[in-house]
Amino acid sequence: MSETYDIVIVGAGTAGLSAAIYAARSGKSVMVFEQMSYGGQIVNTPEVANYPGIASISGFDFAQGLYDQATGLGAKVGFESVLSAHKKEDGFIVKTDGGEYEAGALILATGAKNRPLGMEHEEEWVGAGVSYCATCDGAFFKDREVAVAGGGNTALEDAIFLSEYCSRVYLIHRRNELRGEKHLQDVLRGRENVEFVLNVAMKELRGRDGLEEVVVTDKETGEDRVIPVAGLFVAIGQMPENGRFANLVNLDDKGYIVAGEDCRTAAGGVFAAGDCRTKEVRQLTTAAADGAVAALAACAYLRE
Amino acid sequence: MAVVEVTSENFDEVVGKSDVPVLLDFWAGWCGPCKMLSPIVDAVSEEETGIRVGKVNVDGQEELAARFNISSIPCLILFKNGEEAGRSVGMIPKQKVLELVRS
Repeated sequence: MSETYDIVIVGAGTAGLSAAIYAARSGKSVMVFEQMSYGGQIVNTPEVANYPGIASISGFDFAQGLYDQATGLGAKVGFESVLSAHKKEDGFIVKTDGGEYEAGALILATGAKNRPLGMEHEEEWVGAGVSYCATCDGAFFKDREVAVAGGGNTALEDAIFLSEYCSRVYLIHRRNELRGEKHLQDVLRGRENVEFVLNVAMKELRGRDGLEEVVVTDKETGEDRVIPVAGLFVAIGQMPENGRFANLVNLDDKGYIVAGEDCRTAAGGVFAAGDCRTKEVRQLTTAAADGAVAALAACAYLRE
Repeated sequence: MAVVEVTSENFDEVVGKSDVPVLLDFWAGWCGPCKMLSPIVDAVSEEETGIRVGKVNVDGQEELAARFNISSIPCLILFKNGEEAGRSVGMIPKQKVLELVRS
């Protein structure tokens, strides 16, 4: 006989754990499945300074606090990958790589993962010069030349961080204009060791034992440019991973679960919370808010 | 078995002369994913009796990090007879750590 929970939550990031806190406090039995480690993307952030009521906290400590709070309230966190979920007469069957579970309601809080550049053999360069976490790996490139790919806030913050101790930082972006905050752009423009390489497409990564060169193509002239760098930090946004739930819910063309601010999906009893949902603003606060909304909606669904 | 703090001073003693495979966890205090992986590595060291597990804080052990071309952490390296026999970069779930040490 499979284990049964009132609410099964997929993903132990900020949205999933916030949902677990609200569901557990509502007296529901809760299982949160996580395939990697709890906390989600915020773990990569050294300092969170925009969460209301908390002036400054590390992403790790924030994640640890969420986890301790949720488990302290009685929610279980199982480190298993959810493979599929199916509707049955009075609830759902959730299959993981560890077993089969039954749930009265489902909250999908699968988050998003770093978007890769999409270059051939990209994964082979990870650990050999290509990184998705500047704060983790920047120190290995002290006094060396590096590049950052991207034009949003994360890319700009990474470039500022790296410019503190790398000899040169190239900010490579596919558009002519940067998307990130003007304040961050101004800081970068003031740094002598930062060069903007705009309106280019990534063409090739080259090097023998590790990364030595990045080749980009100018979108206007079509000319290639070879940029000599030992490190390339990729910060071109996130992408969702919801394909395994396409049988239950609707996904938009980018793969996000279609749901409004009420977190309700096309399927009764299935709720989507956090970055995995179609929404405008993907921040810690909106993830936490979704967690609360989805959990209370799931509780209401179970009462019906 | 207890997890050993590995430095360039004791590397040969702990890894080079070991007659069992050694799993080294390269980490740093500034790296969130490293802190997430750390308890998983601890759990593996408890369960897998046939290996030794060591941790290298790259913040202070730059020489060891450079010797093994570490440019991304967390990084796990499995040593057999003092030689690198397997490597994994980034946060991975426990099952993948087990696969690495059993490889």
